[in-house]
Amino acid sequence: MNRLAACLVFAASLSLSVPVGAQSDLAPSERKSSYEMMGAQSRSMQDDDMANPAMLSVLDGEALWRKPAGEDKKSCADCHGDARQSMRGMAARYPSYDVAAQRVVDLEERINLCQAREQKSEAFGRETKDMLALSAYLALQSRGMPIAPSQNAALERSIERGRAAYFQRQGQLNLSCANCHDDNWSRKLGGATIPQGHPTGYPIYRLEWNGVGSLQRRLRNCLTGMRAQVHGLGAAELTDLEAYLMWRARGMIMDAPGVRP
Amino acid sequence: MRAHLTFACLMLLSPALALEAGDAERGRALVKNRQVGLCLLCHSGPFPDERFMGNLAPDLSGAGSRWSEAELRARIVDARQFNPDTIMPPYHTTQGLTNVSASFAGKTLFTAQQVEDVVAFLMTLR
Ligand code: HEC
Ligand code: HEC
Repeated sequence: MNRLAACLVFAASLSLSVPVGAQSDLAPSERKSSYEMMGAQSRSMQDDDMANPAMLSVLDGEALWRKPAGEDKKSCADCHGDARQSMRGMAARYPSYDVAAQRVVDLEERINLCQAREQKSEAFGRETKDMLALSAYLALQSRGMPIAPSQNAALERSIERGRAAYFQRQGQLNLSCANCHDDNWSRKLGGATIPQGHPTGYPIYRLEWNGVGSLQRRLRNCLTGMRAQVHGLGAAELTDLEAYLMWRARGMIMDAPGVRP
Repeated sequence: MRAHLTFACLMLLSPALALEAGDAERGRALVKNRQVGLCLLCHSGPFPDERFMGNLAPDLSGAGSRWSEAELRARIVDARQFNPDTIMPPYHTTQGLTNVSASFAGKTLFTAQQVEDVVAFLMTLR
């Protein structure tokens, strides 16, 4: 055997030694939304739009949708019309690849891009009251629809990066997302029931936050708990995780805006 | 056989870590502490006053009769030595950790003294 062949055999043996089984995704038949796992009290709060505090944010969002802003005093509605039609199912497809920006963006960043390009208005910062309101209003337009990631090579790469991060042990506690959300869901971590971590209900009203928050805020909470490096809001690493989580939850039904304990 | 050998080596490598003897009272407080010890996030134990204990890991009751002091110490220091896939964090080594937040980088969860205190407390759980 010549040297090159020996190298190739060696390389092949290396690639075979990757533990594929250790990184298997949660089987679709096993999946459960956080809503299904929640207590009756949180569930009835989410079910009743009059009781769900996130619906106040939705109302603000509806007003923002119609509010003229920026140089030309254009509103979102001026371009997109009635969100109940034009935005139906849109949030269920994010993160998505944005052709002009040449990258994968989540819903919040998509809103910011429209503000910058079309409205020429000042972008809402992440986690601001206005951003949460507008994204809650848009997410509501996908309520009842299945999560449906689009097919795009850049999105696939983002999902792969997110997936690698999801299975990576990290932080001082040396835990991966999968350790909790794939291997120990439904068990108790202190007082909290570990959900599977499907992002069907974002943005959510969380009682512990006493307010509405985005999926990225939730991801930063988990990373902080792991004592891992927490990426800044809007960081590509967080978008990748969002993309993986949405792919992992593909076909599951959107129930935003959710209520969580 | 190989597991036994590794185990024997670990026992030799796990003499008391700190100069001061472990203090079981301090150890008890550490085990119950949700910011420092974190044990009850995963474990339950004989703590009637604790309401929210986890169930990701065995109950700590009787740990002191199941394991020797050296065995307990080795588990707290780095439980991966016994189960490479364990979810129990390594409390007294930073080996193999990735992407640790800046405020904890290069630091262990417990000091050597804290390990001794917790081991002393676990030994009282008979
Ligand atoms: C040590 C356990 C643990 C680890 C590790 C962990 N999480 Fe979580 N996660 C939880 C718990 C518990 C909750 C439920 C919220 C609560 O009560 O704190 C949660 C909630 C979530 C949710 C919200 C689900 C919903 O419907 O509201 C998402 C999404 C999530 N985690 C994703 C992740 C990702 C991604 C990672 C890794 C970067 C991760 N988690 C790491 C324990 C963990
Ligand atoms: C994130 C989860 C987690 C945390 C935090 C944790 N453990 Fe564990 N521990 C485990 C698991 C899981 C096992 C079961 C064996 C294994 O997988 O390594 C275990 C095993 C043990 C054992 C042996 C159990 C027996 O009796 O057979 C002891 C003793 C123990 N842990 C003590 C502690 C103490 C003390 C702390 C805190 C200083 C702690 N653990 C923190 C998850 C955890």
